[in-house]
Amino acid sequence: MSSKGEILKRIKANQPELVSELPDLNLLGSEQFDVLETYKTVLKGIGGDPVEVANYDEIINYIKSNYNLEKRLITTLPELSEIASLDWKAVDPHSLQDVELTVVKAHFGVAENSGLWVTDDILGQRVAPFIAQYLAIIVHKKDLIPTMQQAYQRIGNMEYGFGTFIAGPSKTADIEQSLVLGAHGARGLIVFLLD
Amino acid sequence: MSSEKIIQHSEAATKFNKDVERVNWHDETLWFVRAKRDKSAHQIADWELLRETASQIKFNVLSNIHDYLVEFEANAQRNGIIVHWAADAKEHNEIVHSIMAKHDVKQMVKSKSMLTEECHLNDYLAEKGIEVIDSDLGEYIVQLRKEPPSHIVLPAIHLKKEDVSETFHEHLGTEKGNFNPQYLTESARHSLRNTFLTRKVALTGVNFAVAETGEFVVCTNEGNADMGAHLADVHIACMGFEKLIPKREHLGVFLRLLARSATGQPITTFSSHFKKPRDGKEMHIVIVDNGRSTQLGREDFRNSLKCIRCGACMNTCPVYRRSGGHSYHNAVAGPIGSILAPNLDMSKNADLPFASTLCGSCTNVCPVKIDIHDQLYKWRQVLVKEGHTPTAKTVAMKTMATVLANPTVFNIAGKSGRFVMKNIPGMVSNKMNKWYDQREMPDVPEQSFREWYKKNSRESKEKGNE
Ligand code: SF4
Repeated sequence: MSSKGEILKRIKANQPELVSELPDLNLLGSEQFDVLETYKTVLKGIGGDPVEVANYDEIINYIKSNYNLEKRLITTLPELSEIASLDWKAVDPHSLQDVELTVVKAHFGVAENSGLWVTDDILGQRVAPFIAQYLAIIVHKKDLIPTMQQAYQRIGNMEYGFGTFIAGPSKTADIEQSLVLGAHGARGLIVFLLD
Repeated sequence: MSSEKIIQHSEAATKFNKDVERVNWHDETLWFVRAKRDKSAHQIADWELLRETASQIKFNVLSNIHDYLVEFEANAQRNGIIVHWAADAKEHNEIVHSIMAKHDVKQMVKSKSMLTEECHLNDYLAEKGIEVIDSDLGEYIVQLRKEPPSHIVLPAIHLKKEDVSETFHEHLGTEKGNFNPQYLTESARHSLRNTFLTRKVALTGVNFAVAETGEFVVCTNEGNADMGAHLADVHIACMGFEKLIPKREHLGVFLRLLARSATGQPITTFSSHFKKPRDGKEMHIVIVDNGRSTQLGREDFRNSLKCIRCGACMNTCPVYRRSGGHSYHNAVAGPIGSILAPNLDMSKNADLPFASTLCGSCTNVCPVKIDIHDQLYKWRQVLVKEGHTPTAKTVAMKTMATVLANPTVFNIAGKSGRFVMKNIPGMVSNKMNKWYDQREMPDVPEQSFREWYKKNSRESKEKGNE
């Protein structure tokens, strides 16, 4: 018999009697708190920077004054074509190694952990938010939700090949528990909270 | 099983305890992580409900895992993922190797996977001439030092920055004597970036696999799993079959618990959901048994398969903190490792369930409510019955059994014990008494509890009669 057959046979013989009930998830996620304030506090706590903006012009100005425009900036948002390139979605992902800043938009953000949900259809390339030196993610304030409970309700049956929650910049504490930002991925994360 | 000599936990712990300062530091560092876990847990009003929910979901999974696995495989295949099944470590390693061979690739970048540690994949691939680089910083450090990880979440927790500095100086040519973690991390970043950019095959672990959708989730803080997987042509993900959960919505429960229990973070930086390979690229999943189906059949121990590998039970364990992960001679150390290891090999790991004070702290922090200390206690009984106890403990336990079974002997033993401790302390605090190692013995009470109770109950009865 193949290993698959063997394993499944052993499992069937050894698994306990069926507990058919799955717990009711609707009992969870009822916590009440100020979603925007919590989002900002949690994000700062894990090394990210929340920046409230009214429109894309403010985002452009912020990036102009905080990043070196001589370097390679990429985005998936046509609104930012003035400062970042849009023409990289079909290139070999390895060639993104010199990207200074990636700017993308998130589907939504989660206040309890500041995570931002992004999927490959809005990322341009899967590696884009990881390979850049810095990362900026735009999210509408109305798209902030309280907990992961609501997050998965919102994701529902969403179709994607790849999706991830991004919470803060890449980090490590593997050397004597001292927190260092920028392990392999972005060294910094700006979250533009758009009206 | 290999016949190499295993150094028993108590012996290894004794060695670890020689450097008092380092032991204290190790103890405090882990306690610091445990304290962060508490703070983080207390911020969630639903915490206990979350634990209970997670535990119930896992019960459901264990009782229905056959069907969930079948469902998962079908959905993963529909997503374009190639699914493999491995009965044991050997088959797991062979499958991984065969994928490498098929693509004629001799190098791999790996992100943290305790399963591949359990299967000794690196050694196996090295023998086949394949170079593996571990990309999680902690794993990378221990790999350069040719050591196994000492903790499932914090692989290099036993090392000081001076140690890392020495290691990097030797292997990466960093400045001698530069202990700055920022500087050291930056050096590793440069070296590993080159690895990510040049590897055609990336291997990752799996934190959760979803039956309903055929996707799997990998959680990291560094983003190393993503850097590897999104740049390689082939992504191999290896999972023990117990990583399965029924539906996507259940991820909400587990992702809320995992990082908070592990390090006190509200969530890991990246919680990546892999559902389909990139166009023209390959994604493989290797589903591994390696003793898990046997554990599933052991009623007293099957709950250990609910483990989500957060490491909280290690961080809180007074024995782990003062004996170090390597003393457990098993890929998974600490309380949960001590339950999993005897399942794999009873005679080799008979010492581990005894490496616990049974204080119950592990059980109290476990996010999926595994009855860890009860299972450790049960393993002791199984191991004693099967004749597997470590010698030092057998003598003590046999004596203990006689004493406890006989009230008169117990009484006399207690009296003489107090007499001996008071008048001839050397007799207790000698090398034969394992309990005395590393401990100050308490002052001896004048009375035993029995004597106190007898007297006081008599007194209170007399009072009541007045
Ligand atoms: S047994 Fe519980 S506390 Fe220990 S690692 Fe597993 S899930 Fe975490």
